Amino acid sequence: MAKDIPDPISPEKLIEEVLSAYPAKAAKKRAKHLGVAEAVPEGETEIVSKCDTVKSNIKSVPGVMTIRGCAYAGSKGVVWGPIKDMVHISHGPVGCGHYSWSQRRNYYTGTTGVDSFVTFQFTTDFQEKDIVFGGDKKLEKTIDEINELFPLSKGITVQSECPIGLIGDDIEAVARKKNKDIGKTIVPVRCEGFRGVSQSLGHHIANDCIRDWVLDKGEGAAYEPGPHDVTIIGDYNIGGDAWSSRILLEEIGLNVVGSWSGDATLAEIENAPKARLNLIHCYRSMNYICRHMEETHGVPWMEYNFFGPSQIAASLRAIAARFDKTIQDNAEKVIAKYQPLVDAVLAKFKPRLEGKKVMLYVGGLRPRHVVTAYHDLGMEIVGTGYEFAHGDDYKRTGEYIKEGTLIYDDVTGYELEKFIETIRPDLVGSGIKEKYPTQKMGIPFRQMHSWDYSGPYHGYDGFAIFARDMDLAINNPVWGLFDAPWKKSA
Amino acid sequence: MSALRQIAFYGKGGIGKSTTSQNTLAALVEMGQKILIVGCDPKADSTRLILNTKLQDTVLHLAAEAGSVEDLELEDVMKVGYKGIKCTEAGGPEPGVGCAGRGVITAINFLEENGAYDDVDYVSYDVLGDVVCGGFAMPIRENKAQEIYIVMSGEMMALYAANNIAKGILKYANSGGVRLGGLICNERQTDRELELAEALAAKLGCKMIHFVPRNNIVQHAELRRETVIQYAPESSQANEYRELARKIHDNSGKGVVPTPITMEELEEMLMDFGIMQSEEDRLAQIAAIEA
Repeated sequence: MAKDIPDPISPEKLIEEVLSAYPAKAAKKRAKHLGVAEAVPEGETEIVSKCDTVKSNIKSVPGVMTIRGCAYAGSKGVVWGPIKDMVHISHGPVGCGHYSWSQRRNYYTGTTGVDSFVTFQFTTDFQEKDIVFGGDKKLEKTIDEINELFPLSKGITVQSECPIGLIGDDIEAVARKKNKDIGKTIVPVRCEGFRGVSQSLGHHIANDCIRDWVLDKGEGAAYEPGPHDVTIIGDYNIGGDAWSSRILLEEIGLNVVGSWSGDATLAEIENAPKARLNLIHCYRSMNYICRHMEETHGVPWMEYNFFGPSQIAASLRAIAARFDKTIQDNAEKVIAKYQPLVDAVLAKFKPRLEGKKVMLYVGGLRPRHVVTAYHDLGMEIVGTGYEFAHGDDYKRTGEYIKEGTLIYDDVTGYELEKFIETIRPDLVGSGIKEKYPTQKMGIPFRQMHSWDYSGPYHGYDGFAIFARDMDLAINNPVWGLFDAPWKKSA
Repeated sequence: MSALRQIAFYGKGGIGKSTTSQNTLAALVEMGQKILIVGCDPKADSTRLILNTKLQDTVLHLAAEAGSVEDLELEDVMKVGYKGIKCTEAGGPEPGVGCAGRGVITAINFLEENGAYDDVDYVSYDVLGDVVCGGFAMPIRENKAQEIYIVMSGEMMALYAANNIAKGILKYANSGGVRLGGLICNERQTDRELELAEALAAKLGCKMIHFVPRNNIVQHAELRRETVIQYAPESSQANEYRELARKIHDNSGKGVVPTPITMEELEEMLMDFGIMQSEEDRLAQIAAIEA
């Protein structure tokens, strides 16, 4: 039953059908978030978007099941959380920190509990009295205790939960005072969950705090930067992504002095303004600080994409073009060196995956960045969408997708389900909340936030794992057992 | 014992809510009523004249010391003052920190759940200045105060505050049972004060319950941490409070849903009384001076 293939329907018609279920007002609002990638207009370059008309980064319609997170998630979960030698306090009641504990799979080296704290959960655990009388004293005490228990921690961030903003605690004053007392970097982050429309504002606030409380406060270590020093920005080392990226950059002769913020140390953040170039992977969450470093410290930045061999090769060449001939030659050597690996992966998996249709719904980068990795495997993207992208992300999406691709912004539970049900792709790539409903429809699924407990997916090594994982999901024999045997059609 | 009556005193800061309410309650206790005072002001000065002491330990401070309100016993926070009046203070944070509104909610819930409202005829809430947030609206929500008494005077800002509080009452009157009991005018000796108070009462559709004349004896009593009823029971001022208490007692169930007015209407009213000049009059006056 569930595997009946419906008649193909045009994306425009599908959108119309989906919207028809809404009351007029909701339909009008949601219509602005749904679209179809159009052909490149005459005279425009391929880079100009085919889909920047999608309305984005605005409030979700109340009553729909949005998948978005909050500003706290954007700051604590994404930007600050992976910095390993700092302790990140979830400041407020216990739930926000506890139920988001270790969900991003940010890998790191170090001795947990001694000099690294990523998988720890620290909270001020607000009680009623802390709300009524304010929590500043408790915060001071928490900072003192952390400093005593974990003397090798390099600094502390205060990640504000909603009540902090409501009762108006002066966490900046606490940060200044404790910085004087214990001499470590203390960063107060005003990322209360009610601010903004999604986790996106949390990224921005977190970036601003890096600027105000780290970069503006000191010079970093005294050392003479080398001519090939670069910093990786916006790679959170999920399943080891930053490591499989870093080796490629090092192989072409660059010196990676920092990786933000996957597997990062506070020192890597402090020293970043001395690097020659900032290489930004997740544009959405860290473009702010790159712009700041460009304006204030004169560090240029460029975007790159390490998903799939086509983009890796293009990115390595583009990065090398910023440096001397040696680096450029190295880039070609590295690309050639990995070609046999790529060929082997494609020889094994492309025949098994070719022509398969994929729908994506991820955060603010991957809905476009992973598209070419699927293309490399001969797969087709039929729909993609972002949880919290802005207009500039949609502009950047055009160059990746084909005409006729369905685009959905901040998609609702109902819309996504309808789209999947109607299109019946061969694979859906999204998050944990979407995983089980999709699999219950009989459609293979991969989590594209956490790599479904696998990874890395970045770099050549990551591509091999990516290809294997997609094959595991799609060609799993379990899908042949989807119909109950007693319902076998005659 | 008749059904529990819950009343609340609201009004502009410094208007004399605590003084008026404590004097009135002291008079009510003379009439044989059993009374509980719930002070809902972080300053915790709603029971000072009844207890004859400086400040009592507040629910929230004791709770903070003990860990949480669950660790408190009712006896810890309830003191007995003048002629058996039970006194409690919600308390709250020092100025500029925390959330006093949440404190009021916590304290009132604690008192109710722990039986502070058993075996009394009257519960009286004394609430700070204005209805600034949900916490300070707690006493006018469902199943709390049935009648609100607004303490005011002939001063413009007191009238403005009274009208604002009426707006708060109107909001909750529709969802719950709260009513405006009436206005209590605490004389400030402004121009045509009684008439003005009566006019505002008419606009709000409520009664001017009582006009409390200004009398320095109130200050004398306060300096001794006593009500006038206790300090000078034979004085004319004590009788004024007895009169007010009787009127409130007889006002049971006679509260109204108020009809608050706009700021423009309020200003018009002041112009009608010749207290405030219209823009034209003021310009004419300036012109006359310059001429």
